[in-house]
Amino acid sequence: MRPRNIGDVILDVKNISLSFGGVKALQNISFDVKEHEVRAIIGPNGAGKSSMLNCINGVYHPQEGEIVYQGEVRRDMDTHHAAESGIGRTFQNLALFKGMSVLDNIMTGRNLKMKTGILAQALHLGPARAEELREREFVEHVIDFLEIQAYRKTPVGRMPYGLQKRVDLGRALAAQPKVLLLDEPMAGMNMEEKQDMCRFVLDINDEFGTTIVLIEHDMGVVMDISDRVVVLDYGRKIGDGTPEVVRNDPEVIKAYLGVGH
Amino acid sequence: MATKKNGPVIALGVVLGIGFVAPLLAGQPLGFFLEVTLGGLMAGVLYSLVALGFVLIFKASGVFNFAQGAMVLFAALALARLAEWLPGWVGIPAGLPALALAFVLATGIMIVLAMLIERIVLRPLVAQDPVALLMATLGVTFFLDGFGQTIWGSDVYKIDMGISKDPTIILESMFQGGILISKEDLVATVIAAVLVLGLAIFFQKTATGRALRAVADDHQAAQSIGIPLNRIWVIVWAVAGFVALVAGMVWGAKLGVQFSLAQLALKALPVVILGGFTSIPGAILGGLIIGVGEKISEVFLGPVLIKAFDLAGGGIENWFAYVLALLFLMVRPEGLFGEKHIDRV
Ligand SMILES: Nc1ncnc2c1ncn2[C@@H]1O[C@H](COP(=O)(O)OP(=O)(O)OP(=O)(O)O)[C@@H](O)[C@H]1O
Ligand SMILES: [Mg+2]
Repeated sequence: MRPRNIGDVILDVKNISLSFGGVKALQNISFDVKEHEVRAIIGPNGAGKSSMLNCINGVYHPQEGEIVYQGEVRRDMDTHHAAESGIGRTFQNLALFKGMSVLDNIMTGRNLKMKTGILAQALHLGPARAEELREREFVEHVIDFLEIQAYRKTPVGRMPYGLQKRVDLGRALAAQPKVLLLDEPMAGMNMEEKQDMCRFVLDINDEFGTTIVLIEHDMGVVMDISDRVVVLDYGRKIGDGTPEVVRNDPEVIKAYLGVGH
Repeated sequence: MATKKNGPVIALGVVLGIGFVAPLLAGQPLGFFLEVTLGGLMAGVLYSLVALGFVLIFKASGVFNFAQGAMVLFAALALARLAEWLPGWVGIPAGLPALALAFVLATGIMIVLAMLIERIVLRPLVAQDPVALLMATLGVTFFLDGFGQTIWGSDVYKIDMGISKDPTIILESMFQGGILISKEDLVATVIAAVLVLGLAIFFQKTATGRALRAVADDHQAAQSIGIPLNRIWVIVWAVAGFVALVAGMVWGAKLGVQFSLAQLALKALPVVILGGFTSIPGAILGGLIIGVGEKISEVFLGPVLIKAFDLAGGGIENWFAYVLALLFLMVRPEGLFGEKHIDRV
C-alpha cells in the first residue's frame, strides 16, 4: 500500500442533475473528492460518467445542483475559469490538436500560466520571449516525465494511439492542476501501456500531490490505484466507498452483471 | 486518407507555366517580360494580404468572411480621413506625422470593430447553421460599405505615404532600357512582406499564436481545455482588421481610396480558392500567381487575342482570376494547400 496523505474535501458535488432533452444523463448525484486522493468513477456505458466530468470542468452546465470547489460554490463556470482555478482534464475521445506537434500541444496547456500581454507577444518584446523560454523549459520536463522525448516535434495525429493518450495527459499536467480529471486514460491500451499509464498517474499523485478523479472500466486498475470509488448507473449513483466496499455491494454487482437489464 | 488526383493539377500547372514563358518564346524582350512579371508580383502581394485576412478568419472561426473587402475599404477610408482631419483637430503636422497617428487610431477602430463583430454577430450565431454566419458577414459587408460612407464620406480620398510616384529604372546595365518599377509598388511589397513575416512569427512563436492555431485545429477541443474562444475570435478579427488596414493603406496610396477598393478586394476570393481556404502559405502563393498571371495575360495574351479574333479590347485582368479559380475548383476543390474537406471546424 502506498503511503496516503488524504486532506480535506476539495471538490464537493451536490445534487447534480443534468438532462439532454428527454435523456436524464445525471440524476441528483452527490459525492465528494478529498485533496490528494485518487477517486474513481465507474459504471456501465452511458451511465453518465463523462457527463459528470463535463459538469465539473464547465463543459456542461447542470440544470440542478451545485459544485463546491475549494470552498467556493461554482454555478455556470466555464471551461476557461475551471482551467484557471486548477482543474485539469483529459478526454475519452482524444481532443488533441492533431496538426500541431507534441511540444505545441502541451504548450497550449501551459498557456494559462503565461501572462505577458498580446501586444508584447506580437512585438516579440523581451519579457514575452523570456516567458516563452521559461515555460517551454517546464513543458520539456513534462515531456521527459511522460517519456515522449522522441516525439517532441511530431504532429500528434501521426503518433500511435497509446502515446496520444500520454500527450493528452501532458497537456493537462502542463497547467499544474490541483485536480486532474481523467476520462478513461487507459481505454484501448494493451497491458504494457496500461501499466505505464498507471505508473504515471500514481507518480503524479505521489510527487505533485495532485488530486485525481478517474473514470476507468478496467476493474483491476480501479481496485489497484483508487482510494474511493463512485458507481453510476443510468444517471444514478448506486454505490460509493472504498474499492472493497464497492466490490462487494450487491447493487453494484447487479448493475455490472446486468441482472434485471 | 484518400489519394489526391494530381494529374489534372499538374496538367493545369504545365499549361500555366507554358503560358507564363510563352511571351519569351514568342520573342518578347527579356527586360520587358521581367518588368511585367515584377509588376504582377507586386499587385499579387496585395491580393495575398487581403486573402490572408480571409484565411485567418476562416481557420479560426470557420466563417467565410465576405466582409474582408469591406473591411479594407472601411479601414482605408478611416485612415485617409483621419490623416486629413487630425492636423486641424490636434495640430499635428500634416503629411507623415498625421498619417502615422491616423494609422494608430485606425488600428484602434479596427480592434473595436472586431470586438463588436464578435459580440453582436459571432457569439449569438456560432451554434447556428454556417449559412446564417455567411449571411451575417454579408450583412456586415453592406453595413460597413454604407456606414463607412456615412462617417467618412463617399468621394475619392488620397493617402500620401510620401513616396514619389515616379518610376525607377533598375538593372540598366543588364537589359536594354533597364527595368521600370515604381517605388511605391516596391515599398508596398516590402511592407506586405514584413507583415506576412511578422504574422508568421506571431503564429509560430507566441502563446497567443499557439492558442490561435489550437482553435483553428479543433475549436471544440480548444474550448474544452479552457482556451477562451471569444477572446481568440476578437484577436483573429482584429488581426484581420489590421491586415485590411495595411492593404487599404498601400492600395489606397496607389489608386486612391474609393469604393472600387472593396471590389478589388473581392479578388481575394479566387486567391483563396487557388491557395486553399485554410492555408496561409496558399494565400500568399495564390495571390502571387494571380497577380503575375493576370498581368502577363493582359499585356501579352490580350493583344494576341484581339488580333486573332478581332475583339474589341483587353480587360483580361478583370476575369483571369475568376476563370483560373473556376478551373481550380474543377480539378482540385481544396486548393493548392488546403485540407480536403471544407466544412466548419
Ligand atoms: N452532448 C450530449 N447531447 C445529448 N446527449 C448526451 C450528450 N452527452 C451525453 N449524452 C447522453 O448522456 C448519457 C450519459 O453519457 P456519458 O457520455 O456521460 O456516459 P458515460 O458513462 O461516459 O459512458 P461511456 O462509458 O460510454 O463513456 C448517454 O445517454 C448519452 O447519450
Ligand atoms: Mg464516457
